[in-house]
Amino acid sequence: MSKKITVLVLVCLFGIGVVITPALADSYKIGAVFAVTGRASFLGDPEKKTAVMVADQINKAGGIGGKKLELIVYDTEGDATKANLAVKKLINQDKVCAVIGPSLSGTSMAVVPLAAQYKTPLISVAASYKITWDDKANKARHWVFKTPQTDTMAVEAIYTHLKKRGINKIAIMSVTSGFGKSGHGELVRLAPQYGMNIVADEFYGPKDTDMTAQLTKVKGLAPKAIVNWSIGPTQVVILRNWKDLGMTSIPFYQSHGFGSRKNIELAAGAAEGVYTPLGAINVAEILPTSHVQKNVTMQFFNDYSARYKEPLSSFGGHSWDAMHMVIKALRAVGCNRTAIRDFLENNTAGFVGQHGVFNYSQKDHIGLDKDAFLMIVVKNGDWALAQ
Amino acid sequence: MEKITFASQLMQYLITGLTVGSIYAMVAIGFNIIYNVTEIINFAQGEFVMLGGLIMVFLHVAAGLPLLAAFPLTIILVTLAGMLLDRLAISPIRQPSVLTLIIATIGASIIIKGIAMFIWGKDPFDLPAFSGRNPIHLMGAVIQPQYLWVGGFLIIIVILLTFFFEKTIIGKAMSACAENPDAASLVGINVKHMILLSFSLSAAIGAVAGITITPISLMEYDRGAMLAIKGFGAVVLGGLGSFPGAILGGLILGTIESFGAGLIHSGYKDAFALIVLLAVLFIRPSGLLGSVEVSKFKRF
Repeated sequence: MSKKITVLVLVCLFGIGVVITPALADSYKIGAVFAVTGRASFLGDPEKKTAVMVADQINKAGGIGGKKLELIVYDTEGDATKANLAVKKLINQDKVCAVIGPSLSGTSMAVVPLAAQYKTPLISVAASYKITWDDKANKARHWVFKTPQTDTMAVEAIYTHLKKRGINKIAIMSVTSGFGKSGHGELVRLAPQYGMNIVADEFYGPKDTDMTAQLTKVKGLAPKAIVNWSIGPTQVVILRNWKDLGMTSIPFYQSHGFGSRKNIELAAGAAEGVYTPLGAINVAEILPTSHVQKNVTMQFFNDYSARYKEPLSSFGGHSWDAMHMVIKALRAVGCNRTAIRDFLENNTAGFVGQHGVFNYSQKDHIGLDKDAFLMIVVKNGDWALAQ
Repeated sequence: MEKITFASQLMQYLITGLTVGSIYAMVAIGFNIIYNVTEIINFAQGEFVMLGGLIMVFLHVAAGLPLLAAFPLTIILVTLAGMLLDRLAISPIRQPSVLTLIIATIGASIIIKGIAMFIWGKDPFDLPAFSGRNPIHLMGAVIQPQYLWVGGFLIIIVILLTFFFEKTIIGKAMSACAENPDAASLVGINVKHMILLSFSLSAAIGAVAGITITPISLMEYDRGAMLAIKGFGAVVLGGLGSFPGAILGGLILGTIESFGAGLIHSGYKDAFALIVLLAVLFIRPSGLLGSVEVSKFKRF
């Protein structure tokens, strides 16, 4: 009996499948994998919400060349295995035209080989340059692009600003997590190029309660600026310690991980005068109207806040950039994976996105440079453009 | 900015170390209270600290209760959480072995952390310092007023606990359970009640640690585990079960971390503490103030 029911149910399910498939054949499919839940949900959640919003907007405006845009999102939970399975499913079962995501550098590296294996364009929304650059072959990965800025660009933006102010004696501080280590590596690697003399190189744990000891040591070495690389509560605690120790005369530079107003609030006044490199979308409201990204960022800012009734997260901007570039490609060449890849590489130059103006090329699948970061200073408890 | 002298730097390392050490000591005392009565290591001890901080933020900042009302109310709520932990996770276990009980506390700590994440989310929260954020200057070093509150509360806890264990009947009954639970129940002490009391007490102390440290370091849902590890290190360093040992262990651990980070290398800050811990255990396996004779009678 129960066997019969199972068979019946299966037949029904297949039946429905057959009915549904032709109904959707008249659509372009974009696949997306984000860490919607789990420890990296602060990335994946706004990325998914943004992608869903963009797809709805496109469909409301008549779709792409008369066809509907169908967005299929899977949750990786920040897990490499799940990301790998999800991308395989998107490519082989869902037959998507292109894949956007994953959210993390680690999960992105886990799916990068699939893009080449199945010849499908993949646009990652994670940070590491290694996602698009093959160190061994010393060339860009053919099928892989990415939208976020890299640590390298943030370091370059900070060092350029320091150099402009005539500062070359600096202390660097970093958290001993993946984010801090990656930033630390770039800070040390690029220092000679910019003539930076690192007089102190201090570390702290991601759950440390106090960084007074490290800062006291830094104070004794009298650097002309401090560059700090961390995310989470430590980047706020360190600012309070910096202020308490009377070190505010030493300019303090935070990484791009500082880009949330919540951090200014948590610092309880200690963030005043702190510099940080941020993408245009973080500071949409204060951009001058002449800024090339003013219109796109304000539009996204208003749409997102109106739809989700929550403050915009700049991470959503990475999936906005990826979605719109893929849509642009779909409009031009339709659902042809090879043509989409070629279009992204050759025909998206000058694309104005949320995090910069993109210029992909055969050698560069990141498409941004240090100008994608604006130098921001905390003034009167809010962001302001730094001189 | 005036240049800082080496002496002031040393002073600053000491002050910072003692403050962080005081928190480790409070966590360590919490471990010891439960250990002495039940012989188990309560791995949810750090979660009490986290709950103390977050509930205080909720009552004081979000609900707007004055400090003096929110403080005791937070302690009461966390104490209730401690009692629930005993009633739901520890007490119902049939034929408890020390190992199963310890595993139960690990499970409980994961659940508490998960619940806290659901309630408060993943963002860190701030609590206004009790008496402002204007630092006090002493010999070129800087003391946040909150540092004094942390140290002060450690002293208050020590005085109250000493009084409780030395002068009150209940306190003595708890000590009796620690010495020999079978003999204690023969003379009419309800051991189950004493276990419940031990969980309440250490939850309350954890809450105080959480409340006093949140204005310095912020608090978020997953900070408990790290504090528990440091507190456990302090317990082992001082000697399992010894109250003066817990305090000494905590303060030494905090000071080593601070001096190690400042004078040698901040990247190996945690390693210095561990090296000292291992060295002490090599020379005195029972910890600084622990007794080998007593530890022979314990099951763990």
